[in-house]
Amino acid sequence: MDKIRASLLKKSVASKIERRGKIISLSCLALIILVVFLIFYFVASRGLATFFSNHINLWSFLSGTQWNPGTVGTNGQPAVGALPMIVGSFLITIFSAIVATPFAIGTAVFMTEISPRRGAKILRPVTELLVGIPSVVYGFIGLQVVVPFVRSTFGGSGYGILSGTFVLFVMILPTVTSMSADALNAVPRYYREASLALGATRWQTIYKVVLRAAIPGMLTAIVFGMARAFGEALAVQMVIGNATLLPQNLVSPASTLTSILTMGIGNTVMGSLQNNALWSLAMILLLMSLFFNLVIRYIGRKGKLNHER
Amino acid sequence: MNAKRIDKVATGILYAIAGFVVIILIALLGYILVQGVPEISWHFLTSPALAFEAGGGIGIQLFNSFYLLLLALLISLPISLGAGIYLNEYAGQNTITGLIRTTIEILSSLPSVVVGLFGYLFFVVQFKLGFSILSGAFALTVFNLPILTRSIEEALANISDSQREAGYALGLSRWETVTKIVVPAALPSIITGVVLSAGRIFGEAAALIYTAGQSAPALDFSNWNPFDISSPLSPLRPAETLAVHIWKINSEGIMPDAKAVSAGASAVLIIAVLLFNFLARWLGKRLYKHLTAE
Amino acid sequence: MKKSRVIQLVGLILIGIALGFGYTHRTNSNAGESITAVGSTALQPLVEAAGEQYSSNHTGVFINVQGGGSGTGLSQIQSGAVAIGNSDIFAEEQSGINAKKLKDHRVAVVGIAPIVNKKVGVTNLTKQQLIQIFTGKVKNWRDVGGKNLPIVLINRAQGSGTRKTFESYALNGHASADSQEQDSSGLARSIVASTPGAISYVAFSYLNSSVTTVKVNGVRPTDTNVQTNRWKIWSYEHLYTSQQPNQLTKNFINYILSAAVQEKLVKQLGYISVHTMQVQRSATGKITAVK
Repeated sequence: MDKIRASLLKKSVASKIERRGKIISLSCLALIILVVFLIFYFVASRGLATFFSNHINLWSFLSGTQWNPGTVGTNGQPAVGALPMIVGSFLITIFSAIVATPFAIGTAVFMTEISPRRGAKILRPVTELLVGIPSVVYGFIGLQVVVPFVRSTFGGSGYGILSGTFVLFVMILPTVTSMSADALNAVPRYYREASLALGATRWQTIYKVVLRAAIPGMLTAIVFGMARAFGEALAVQMVIGNATLLPQNLVSPASTLTSILTMGIGNTVMGSLQNNALWSLAMILLLMSLFFNLVIRYIGRKGKLNHER
Repeated sequence: MNAKRIDKVATGILYAIAGFVVIILIALLGYILVQGVPEISWHFLTSPALAFEAGGGIGIQLFNSFYLLLLALLISLPISLGAGIYLNEYAGQNTITGLIRTTIEILSSLPSVVVGLFGYLFFVVQFKLGFSILSGAFALTVFNLPILTRSIEEALANISDSQREAGYALGLSRWETVTKIVVPAALPSIITGVVLSAGRIFGEAAALIYTAGQSAPALDFSNWNPFDISSPLSPLRPAETLAVHIWKINSEGIMPDAKAVSAGASAVLIIAVLLFNFLARWLGKRLYKHLTAE
Repeated sequence: MKKSRVIQLVGLILIGIALGFGYTHRTNSNAGESITAVGSTALQPLVEAAGEQYSSNHTGVFINVQGGGSGTGLSQIQSGAVAIGNSDIFAEEQSGINAKKLKDHRVAVVGIAPIVNKKVGVTNLTKQQLIQIFTGKVKNWRDVGGKNLPIVLINRAQGSGTRKTFESYALNGHASADSQEQDSSGLARSIVASTPGAISYVAFSYLNSSVTTVKVNGVRPTDTNVQTNRWKIWSYEHLYTSQQPNQLTKNFINYILSAAVQEKLVKQLGYISVHTMQVQRSATGKITAVK
């Protein structure tokens, strides 16, 4: 009697395993969350020092156009104006997304709607392979091919926003394409069948039904590609010219947050203004990727609502 | 213009776009391979790099790349498997879960430079690991965790609930169902996810420059004791990977054949990613058969 | 216990034993007999090569050389995290560093020369012209005796040792105008080689036939001219240590300063030996003759 009672009251082996498993998997998740907070803490603790220990005005940091930390600018303030880099980063991101989007979506439609067999056999593997090419290699091809091309076609020295846009366009193309293809694949088959049954042509089906249903997914893909472009460092650094000047036109040398950051960090001493100012640039990058993320989530949520309606 | 003709024109345009993209991609791959493949030889693949003479190889860098990849996967795979299981099997649909997912996605969109600098600050300086394989592996783990977690979660979500119900009906606990039924069934897609992330790790340079370092000291390949600093297995030695090497010889290299070495190394890198892809897919299929047929 | 469990357990124990065995049998002389040098990427190849030679002469000693930049080197040696901090510039010139706490060892000299694209058609510039070009006052090569080509400035990254040296000794302390920047010598050279009208400056070891090397005030950038200070654009490569470095660190630095390294390795890597210098320069730029 007591034996049965005991065995009933005691936790079974299975429930012990269950508890253990749950704890293990939860702690894995907690670890990831911890890492994210650590990154934010570390970058913020360095990046905010510019404003709190070096007493740089936040507004003059964001709107100043002279970047030469450690020296005094023409207005008597320390020359830590990040505007040229911020503008450069934004322009290059937006332009590369604008150029990449039609190609990516066109290819994705081709892969999923027009010729799924060839898509799966050739296009998919090639795009997946391209994700593995290091950004350094993209940078050098940019240096050898894109910069001379831009110089001879559009003038200037060849270094600038335009060259950066071309390089980033090729870099984000595989990502945006495969994510858009996923979004198109997720559109239920009966949408297409219903449309075709109504007598719509293939293009009408694609344009009026499939593309519209996949809009949220494709927007996510584009924003994701933009986040990639915004954070890319080594490839852009080689072709943009890295001049901390506000870009005059698309072929004048410019700079991005990442390019100035990677170039400068090894030459500065931790704790000095020069170093802190670079960490502030890293913090802007962090905040921007946070922003891109919120946009992705917002789009995702809207898309879900549309589908449920 | 009638609908039929529009359809034809649109199809034509789509063919043109897809063709254009394929041409870009193939040209890119072709450019790298045509420039690089003639440089590749057994000597190039196995000998150490030379600082100022011609004829250096990439042997140590190649080994470092694979070793670092292995370590990074060894650390990140269990963690992201656990996290993926929790997210897909245990977590309820509520605000906290949503918040957690957002955090993971934020991690996945972090620029690799920022990850590298964080790794420098945290692992290299704070934990005093120095520029070492271990610092590099941790930085790559940070970089890899969100991508892997997400792909594992998706792989698990694609397993139909009837499999789980069958497990419960047999009296298995949820954990047992997950580890014995769901994960094996999802294995092929998990492996595909691992492969894709491995490709990104293999080519990553920005996150490694300030964590795994930019120097590749000579290794003693007869000494496999991980506690000796000159041993290839030592996790505390600085380790320049192939991608970092390409970056370095192009920016600082004074060897007369820097261009050739860089082209060859790029081609090796791409071929490695390609081989890795095929191997893992094949392995995934084999594993799937083995795990489900028995 | 299930069979698979047993196998797993045995496997774990075996790995444990193997690791323990490895730990106790590691080459004992290695323990404590290794030093780390961090910093300047320009100096890295020399210290690396010297370290390898030193290790092969002294079994069991390991010199761990890492890059990261001069700033990293100086801040790491200041915090005591490493034994040697490699730097392209004097610690006095780097903000955030207390140079009094560090000991300077000058191990090599680097000459820096202006380079221009081959199509520019200029082989000599006066110092005044160089200053006008880099401060942005002269914008076309025509005005300094070259072809009708706009000048494209390729500067080095802010805070880099090469740029500091160039601004101090070629531009007489004038800050250069905002322009394109590159953080590495190789990239600067290949950009100058491929961009019409480009001008930049690199260390002597990077000079080759893909670019035109420019004389300044008629003086050619050669090792001999650096040794006599007729060519003024040069700097030391420094190894910084704490005031009391340990024995191995001292031995290693003495080894780098020995004739064996200075006469062979230093030359092979394109630096100039400190032993051949007929002048020396202080952190403030004062030149004195070496007796």
